[in-house]
Amino acid sequence: MKGLYLEGINKTYGKIKAVQNISQEIHSGEFFTLLGPSGCGKTTLLRMIAGLELQDSGKIILEGEDITALPAIKRQINTVFQNYALFPHLNVFENVAFGLRSRKIPGPEVDKRVKKTLDMLELGQMSTRYPHQLSGGQNQRVALSRALVNEPKILLLDEPMSALDAKLRAQVQVELRRLQQKLGQTFILVTHDQDEALVVSDRIAVMKDGKIIQFGTPTEVYEYPRNKFVAEFLGTANLIEGTYRNGQFHSDLGIFELEKPPEWEKGLIAIRPEWIKISDTKPEKNAVRAKVTEMIYRGTNLDIWLSPGPIRIRTSTYKDIKLGDEVWLDMAPKEIVVLYE
Amino acid sequence: MNKLMIWYGELITGKKLFKRGLFFLTPGMLWLIFFLVLPGLILVLVSFASRGAYGQLIWEFSLENYKRLLGFGIFGWTPDYILILWRSVWVALVTTVLSVLLSYPLCFYIARKPERTRYLWLTIVIIPFWTNMVIRTYAWFLILAPDMLPAKIAAFFNFIEPGMPLYPSAFAVYLGMVSMFLPFVALPLFSSIERLDWTLVEAAQDLYASNTRVFKHAILPQTLPGLSVGIILTLVPAMGMFVVPDLLGGAKYMLVGNLIQQQFGSSRDWAFGAAISMSLMVLTMYSLYLYKRRNKDINLL
Repeated sequence: MKGLYLEGINKTYGKIKAVQNISQEIHSGEFFTLLGPSGCGKTTLLRMIAGLELQDSGKIILEGEDITALPAIKRQINTVFQNYALFPHLNVFENVAFGLRSRKIPGPEVDKRVKKTLDMLELGQMSTRYPHQLSGGQNQRVALSRALVNEPKILLLDEPMSALDAKLRAQVQVELRRLQQKLGQTFILVTHDQDEALVVSDRIAVMKDGKIIQFGTPTEVYEYPRNKFVAEFLGTANLIEGTYRNGQFHSDLGIFELEKPPEWEKGLIAIRPEWIKISDTKPEKNAVRAKVTEMIYRGTNLDIWLSPGPIRIRTSTYKDIKLGDEVWLDMAPKEIVVLYE
Repeated sequence: MNKLMIWYGELITGKKLFKRGLFFLTPGMLWLIFFLVLPGLILVLVSFASRGAYGQLIWEFSLENYKRLLGFGIFGWTPDYILILWRSVWVALVTTVLSVLLSYPLCFYIARKPERTRYLWLTIVIIPFWTNMVIRTYAWFLILAPDMLPAKIAAFFNFIEPGMPLYPSAFAVYLGMVSMFLPFVALPLFSSIERLDWTLVEAAQDLYASNTRVFKHAILPQTLPGLSVGIILTLVPAMGMFVVPDLLGGAKYMLVGNLIQQQFGSSRDWAFGAAISMSLMVLTMYSLYLYKRRNKDINLL
């Protein structure tokens, strides 16, 4: 039995149900992400896996062993904390060696393992510095080394990039992904940043109000969002309300053909802005005639608002479009996602 | 000096700024010079004078007072004064250590209380401050009296004879001293503990740390600022304390504070009293120096 199993985990704070009956399997060696807005219970769930919070009910099973009743210091799980929680009075080397020294591992081996980890994360030159002498990105790598040096069965990351600036964050995300693939270790990340989740994860669990509402690979979750919340939380989506009758979807924007008939009569469909094509001639299916009302230049792409709707589309900046132009929009049936509750 | 400059948003010339600083500083400086620096210097001078037949000062330079303090008297060498000095240092150290040991659990207890009752608890800690020190010490007489429970329990276990009070004794001195100085440690320590970052404690737990390791690396460094203030506020005055040991220790437990008081009082030997004061001052400075050397990050002054 490899991997981590969560079985019916519940946690309430007073009247607030922070985590509701979550059962989830996390495979050994995968990069698993808990994604959700603040207050959705993702950090609480992570802290329960770490042993820093006690669940009201449910079981946590790690590699076939029930660790539900084990305290944090007996779990082979280490955490990278949101603010890193480095010991300010210890230098980088001693911070990283902390867990090994706690377990009374002999000095020479501590030296060897700490050096190896520091070199792996390119911190070799920093070992005698103190946390306050390092930049945010360096401190983050120290926190990562401090956890990884213990060779945990699972590494937990609690919003580890929230203190970094946008550019560094994008770079660190890729590095983190590479590191995890190189080590082949199980990583569980908590984040509210959908880009981050898409970049690093093998699988994503989208959480809301203490429940996992969808999980799957980044592609599955992004391309086939199950409901309105997921569609809007990961990326942006044009949501179109309407009714389904006689094999067609009827809405204010027009009549659409869908690839798969929905199981409802009245509901929502979604289409991502970048999946809508602009065409000079009227497309055969799902054509919408719209007028450009607003354009936002973003460098790599151009965001266009059109009425009726408003419909948002995202296209390359080379498209020759001006405000007030009337264009045909091609919303191909295969690009349309049917949403459920 | 007359160039315009901007001083925290205010447009001003250097000269004006200097004058303003002088205006604010002068009263305090004068106060310190007349009531601290000058008396201190006089004390140094007096310590090298000697006592006349009627207790007056004879202005003749001699090292006699210091020799006497070291135990060289007319009847040969005795360690009496050195013993008193050593005992004072010891009592101050024990008082400080006991106060620290009691303050930690107390502060954690109060810090965990909800905000509404927290300040009530702090007030209870502070209330003894509002009572005169002598009155507080006399209150211990009452508590340690033969008919009260503590004395009866002590008698039951044969620590004292039945019908005897628990004072004067070393125990009573420590009791009085700790109760006197506990708030001095507890209050600054509390301000540190209240702001404690508990994620460091969690990080230590997450990294397999034992309870002692959690305290040493996650709690102690964070509470050190408050703790060091508390230690200094206790150690320094405790070395010169004389009311408590005088009342609760009597002749059985004389400390340097009592000795100094005696010289300036009943013995009328100001010169010797000044010499003891000087030695106490040197001793205090030296302990602070040792303390600072051991904890380099701490700012004493």
